[in-house]
Amino acid sequence: MRIFRILIAKPGLDGHDRGAKVVAHALRDAGFEVIYTGLRQTPEQIVRTALQEDVDLIGLSILSGAHLQLSKKVIDLMKKEGIEHIPVFVGGIIPPDDVPQLLQMGVKRVFGPGTPLSKIVEEVKSILQEGVASTGGS
Amino acid sequence: MYDKEFLNSLSKKVKEWEEQLQAELKKFPERSERFGSRSGIEIRRVYTPLDLQNTDYLNDLGMPGEYPFTRGVQRTMYRGRFWTMRQYAGFGTAEETNKRFKYLLQQGQTGLSVAFDLPTQMGYDSDHPLAQGEVGRVGVAVDSLRDIEILFDSIPLKDVSTSMTINSTAAILLGMYAVTAQKQGANIGELRGTIQNDVLKEYIARGTYIFPPQPSMKIITDIFEFCSKNMPKWNTISISGYHIREAGANAVQELAFTFCDGIAYVDAAIKSGLDPNVFGKQLSFFFAAHNNFLEEIAKFRAARRIWARIMKERFKVTNPEALKLRFHTQTGGSTLTAQQPLNNIVRVALQALAAVLGGTQSLHTNSFDEALGLPTEESVQVALRTQQIIAYESGVADTVDPLAGSFVIETLTNEIENRVWEYIEKVDSLGGMVRAIETGYVQKEIHNSAYEQQLAVEKKEQIVVGVNAFQTDQEHQLKNILKVDPSVEERQVIALKKLRKERDNDAVRSALKNLKQAAKNGENIVPYVFDAVSVYATLGEITDTLRDVFGEYTESMIL
Amino acid sequence: MDHKTLAKLITQIENNPELAPEIVGRFPEHQSKVIGFTGSPGVGKSSLIDRVIRWIRNKDLSVAVVAIDPSSPFSKGAFLGDRIRMRDHFVDEKVFIRSMASRGALGGLCDAVFDVVNLLEASGFDYVLVETVGVGQSEVEISNLADLTVLVLSPGLGDDVQMLKAGVMEIADLYVVNKSDLPESDTLYTQLLAFISLAGKSEEQLCKTSSHTLDGVQELVEKIEKLWQFFHDNGTLRHRRKKRTQHHAEHILRKMIQQVMYSIGDYQVEDPYEFVELALSKLCKIHSKNGQGGGI
Repeated sequence: MRIFRILIAKPGLDGHDRGAKVVAHALRDAGFEVIYTGLRQTPEQIVRTALQEDVDLIGLSILSGAHLQLSKKVIDLMKKEGIEHIPVFVGGIIPPDDVPQLLQMGVKRVFGPGTPLSKIVEEVKSILQEGVASTGGS
Repeated sequence: MYDKEFLNSLSKKVKEWEEQLQAELKKFPERSERFGSRSGIEIRRVYTPLDLQNTDYLNDLGMPGEYPFTRGVQRTMYRGRFWTMRQYAGFGTAEETNKRFKYLLQQGQTGLSVAFDLPTQMGYDSDHPLAQGEVGRVGVAVDSLRDIEILFDSIPLKDVSTSMTINSTAAILLGMYAVTAQKQGANIGELRGTIQNDVLKEYIARGTYIFPPQPSMKIITDIFEFCSKNMPKWNTISISGYHIREAGANAVQELAFTFCDGIAYVDAAIKSGLDPNVFGKQLSFFFAAHNNFLEEIAKFRAARRIWARIMKERFKVTNPEALKLRFHTQTGGSTLTAQQPLNNIVRVALQALAAVLGGTQSLHTNSFDEALGLPTEESVQVALRTQQIIAYESGVADTVDPLAGSFVIETLTNEIENRVWEYIEKVDSLGGMVRAIETGYVQKEIHNSAYEQQLAVEKKEQIVVGVNAFQTDQEHQLKNILKVDPSVEERQVIALKKLRKERDNDAVRSALKNLKQAAKNGENIVPYVFDAVSVYATLGEITDTLRDVFGEYTESMIL
Repeated sequence: MDHKTLAKLITQIENNPELAPEIVGRFPEHQSKVIGFTGSPGVGKSSLIDRVIRWIRNKDLSVAVVAIDPSSPFSKGAFLGDRIRMRDHFVDEKVFIRSMASRGALGGLCDAVFDVVNLLEASGFDYVLVETVGVGQSEVEISNLADLTVLVLSPGLGDDVQMLKAGVMEIADLYVVNKSDLPESDTLYTQLLAFISLAGKSEEQLCKTSSHTLDGVQELVEKIEKLWQFFHDNGTLRHRRKKRTQHHAEHILRKMIQQVMYSIGDYQVEDPYEFVELALSKLCKIHSKNGQGGGI
């Protein structure tokens, strides 16, 4: 039986992990295996973790305002490691103006403040279904 | 507080009233079967003197300015002087923040509060790889004494009181501040202000820890000792419930874990030979004001009473000044919504009012746009005006502790106190706060509370206006969101490189060497930090020196 | 093998265990030192493993870590957070860390872990470290998987020797008092000494570590190496590997039985013996259809 594995990571220096943990908890309760890397991960550490854990999805939680730089770095490194097919979502304090830029970078979904957990879980399921459909579900 | 005969007749009356009510309830049921807050305290239909029959006015409330200080730490409270209106501010470079400070002082603000960027809080210089993208973003970037000199340029430090939200690197920033003041001609013994310096809550809620708990506690007691001798007017710590609350704790947990932290600091200081009658005067606290108006007011009142009792009964403190819980309040950042942001002005006003009715010593009101980004000058002004309206127009500041004696407020104050004691006992039984943190107990309690709260919002058991009720199709988009100039990092790095070239590098090396030796020997490191700072050793260099000796902490992850 | 390929193969084994013999069979045989670490939550296993990795890496040897955490019996989801403590090694090409959820296995160890460890051995790592949290049966199970087992204890967590569940104390080859910088650690150490002499074990099997001050970590690694070599030379290792194969087989069988029972359906038991007959005949049919692979 296939169980999806999701990486929840906090790049950058900010120490506010309430959102990341609550989302991780909700995903676990929705039946996913959630790998949590803790605070202050460099993009290199996040990408290596994603690769070794062979995750199906990566969620980045960023509240410090450095989301554009950090997301770009993660996505660039994923390309370098050949795992750019893994979908990425970003959550945190993201000004609406920055959302198009993130999406253009290749981020699949952006969850701003106040996004209900049920919506995040639903969207995660739909991203994973898209993935399964496109690869034929290995 | 009432005589027996009166209570007996009242008890009969209340029973009758309840009986008559039953018929009415069948016709007009109430909105909910149960009313209450996130802290688990049930709010009853009505409160009467019966609820206060075990409350003893003199013992449990007392007069303002007297033990147990439930009614306030001063006799005249705001009739003498309003609370300090202190807006947390800082972004970009020292020059920019200096301008914002001068603007705020000119607008009538009475104290400064410095926000530092994350690299500064984590002990990294602006050119450290981990600092990339973070320089000047959530606060001002500080690499060396030079930045602090610029930050307070033409602000006379002997006249203002300055609060610095800095924890793991507090000794370094305190050093930079003190040396800058000295250069302005001030005597450091006269300086007034606060460093947050509360590292225990970093492990459980805010995340900007560097060293493991034991050496962190050592640095904190070093600061207590140094300041009680050299900077007696300085608040050496701001024991913070704010971040614990923001991380998801309820009102009871906020007080309980804050006091457990406080107990750990006092214990550590006593163990290192300090007298709580002396350093106790320099402890201050920091709480959040959230939306549940009555509970928040009760929380602040209970807080004063609990701390006074802890200091008197547990630590045998006799100096009344060292029994007083003085606190700063900030309105709850996590209660702000990105949806319909103007509603936040109303939330902030209610929260600020609760803080004032609860007897706060200083107050930060959040700006309405903070769920979306850093506040603009306009939104900061509205936030400050909110405080001024409460102070000058509402009249609530004209009498001391105006809600005392309210049946509901006094009952809630008692209930909160009882629940806090239960938590304190639990943490004691786990071997104290440092151990409770190391095993993850506290983190788990807070996380569970955060998760439950989120689920309550999702199930609409808890209504958040504009988020899960009364939504509008058209989102009010704020046009004006403050953007930090992306060139800040580059400018900061250039200035840092220049500094490293121009300063006396031999003096820096020798100061760092001395610091390392002192840290290894278990000496008080504060004077050595001051020496290093004054020869322009950078924040990163000083922190790295200490990292070498103390090591780094990794969180324990429990869910 | 590069980490990406290895990671993908592990996922395949986790999701489809019947593929394991073929996948592992692609690689030449290679034996790693398989070391199990177990102990109650909060004793600092992950931090200690982090330090052990550092020592292994100082000798320029390669290491794989499998960290197992329980799955939720309700949602089947899991929260895997042990990596946090090993973050310094994330970008090291010679360190491979993989988190696994127990996925409802009866014994507390996931069924796939035997095959995953086989694969990691076959991919040529010098060391394979397996970490299990000491709840359920996993701390006993680990001794059926590892060449040698390290039981990590720490003072103040209810780890008093008398309080430990029967069976847990006996399984270990090495006993570690972690967080030895804490004042109460001496009491625990004394208790352990008494236990060890009663159990007829050697004092050599006991050591003190502090992942904070790094005290004792080198000693622990040296003891691990020495004991492994001793087991290797005196034949214990061969015996234990046989035991591991047997337990692996038991896991596979148990899973097959579970699945057959599941396919028959809940509460269909009128007569238990008839039920067994039915299950056995189903098992035989499946087995003859699938051949040796064993999956359903």
